[in-house]
Amino acid sequence: MSDHVIVADNLLKIYQMGDVEVQALRGLSCNIDRGEVVAIVGPSGSGKSTLMNILGCLDHPTSGDYYLDGEHVSELRDDQLANIRNRKVGFIFQSFNLLSRATALSNVELPLRYSGSNTGRKERARQALTDVGLSDRMTHRPTELSGGQQQRVAIARAIVNNPAIIMADEPTGNLDSKVGQEIMDLLLNLNKEIGTTLIIVTHDPKVAAQAQRTIRIKDGVVDTEGE
Amino acid sequence: MTLTQVLFESLESLNSNKLRSGLTILGIVIGVAAVIAMLAVGKGAQDTITGSISGIGTNVLFVFSGNQQVDIRNPRPLTIQDTEALQDPLTAPSVKAVAPILQSNFEVTGGGEKTNTEVTGVTPSYADVRNYLVTEGEFITNDQILGHASVALIGPETAVKLFGRSQGLVGESIRIAGQPFRITGVLESKGGGAMGSQDDRVLIPFSTAQSRLIRRNNPSRVDLIFVQAISADEVRRASDQVAQILRTRHRTEIGKDDFTIFSQQDFIQTASTITGVLTIFLGGIAAISLLVGGIGIMNIMLVSVAERTREIGLRKALGARRRDILIQFLTESSLLSFIGGIIGILFGWLIAFAVGKVAAATGNAFTPSVGISAILLATIFSTAVGLFFGIYPANRAAGLEPVEALRYE
Repeated sequence: MSDHVIVADNLLKIYQMGDVEVQALRGLSCNIDRGEVVAIVGPSGSGKSTLMNILGCLDHPTSGDYYLDGEHVSELRDDQLANIRNRKVGFIFQSFNLLSRATALSNVELPLRYSGSNTGRKERARQALTDVGLSDRMTHRPTELSGGQQQRVAIARAIVNNPAIIMADEPTGNLDSKVGQEIMDLLLNLNKEIGTTLIIVTHDPKVAAQAQRTIRIKDGVVDTEGE
Repeated sequence: MTLTQVLFESLESLNSNKLRSGLTILGIVIGVAAVIAMLAVGKGAQDTITGSISGIGTNVLFVFSGNQQVDIRNPRPLTIQDTEALQDPLTAPSVKAVAPILQSNFEVTGGGEKTNTEVTGVTPSYADVRNYLVTEGEFITNDQILGHASVALIGPETAVKLFGRSQGLVGESIRIAGQPFRITGVLESKGGGAMGSQDDRVLIPFSTAQSRLIRRNNPSRVDLIFVQAISADEVRRASDQVAQILRTRHRTEIGKDDFTIFSQQDFIQTASTITGVLTIFLGGIAAISLLVGGIGIMNIMLVSVAERTREIGLRKALGARRRDILIQFLTESSLLSFIGGIIGILFGWLIAFAVGKVAAATGNAFTPSVGISAILLATIFSTAVGLFFGIYPANRAAGLEPVEALRYE
């Protein structure tokens, strides 16, 4: 298990929609290696968002086992999950999700505040912003930054706590293709330099093509695994 | 997160919506200001009344006919003979002085003016017992009592009403109910009190009142007897001795006293109870506005939670626990009410001050007092209001599912 950062075994997720049961995941299993770049693709309603939520520890599977970085996540309570998210998962969202009233620096600092580490918080946030090439935009607010710059701040926020995996949900979805490619390059670069596992959920085949491996989801299970 | 971080973030968040925060705070400001002002006015009234009762004299007992506690048919009036019996040092060793009075309202004329005022027949001991001094002339003497003299002491307020001054009046004449009296002294001012001004009155010799002005069915009757104890410690004992003497003289059945003895302490206590109830009543009404302010906080916090659903989802995704979100929103609501409380205290104090000024301008010496306890109470209460009304919205925020919250538009 040492080289698998993610081990998901027979994940089942059932939503109760009124009287109707919706099976979003029907016994999905997959492994992801440490340092790997994986794209998760699939049509709408295939269950890929559900899979991302579970892999990102935002949600519990109804049944099945999920190990993240060696921890049996599917058995944890909400607060423990929050702790796991804080330490082991970095999120990047399509719509950036930055706090508009806070500076870039405080946005990046936010995960560190919740992890309770008080020493060198500012330093680490500065370092992360420098890593994404925004050393000169630390005190800008999101409204004063371009879309690409905002996503860079979000990336800095994702890597600041040295997570085991980075979950990117359509990271280029709100950006034009040129800036989107810059963001992809940055993510791939960070993966090479720090070795953080990168999981990208996307519709865009061009983005998926840049991953080392693509996991296709169809009807709540892995359709085919291929290069 | 540490407390300072939480505080800082909350301030930042409140600051990002100044108008809304300001209006919410205003609700609390009004509530707290009302509470503070009302408590101050109540406390001021209490102080004034207690002060005026203390001004009656020290270690004084009031003895009057009748009994409110039990049903007594035909209570015997207090008489001069009762008064004399109370002065017996053998049966009443704790009594220092006794002052009977007869009291009624009459038209008093003098200096070309007329006024209606309280005329009291007193003995020389009245000066000591009631702590009255004269600014000019002299108090009523035994000779004047014996001679049924037509002399009068005039209160400074009455003097101003009649003569336009309160000095140089000895030797002037006034008419009480048409009968001529010569002024032999002017009373020192005691200030206005809640029990009516103690400066607007005329004192005449007891015997004169008895024989010429205030005729009662029973010629030896007195309206009220003031009894002064020899010291504060002896007030209780003096009261017992007076009661014992009167019971014997009136031959009352056990437990059916036909007279009432009230100590100054009793008066103060009764007055305090009344003003206390008044204060609670006023404060209670004011507290309703604080409650409304609290509901305002709850309202605005609910709006804020709804608006920031995505932010809450994000914070949770980044590792915020339920508790972190709860604390954040509770801090915001408490801060709103705390800031409102501080401003409200200042405002309330200003209002109380203004009320005092108005009272002074209209001639009622009355000082509203804002006590430390009122300030503490208001601060704690308003913050508690914020906490209480913040609990529901904060709980709602903390209970949001991160997945749902992140998807929220």
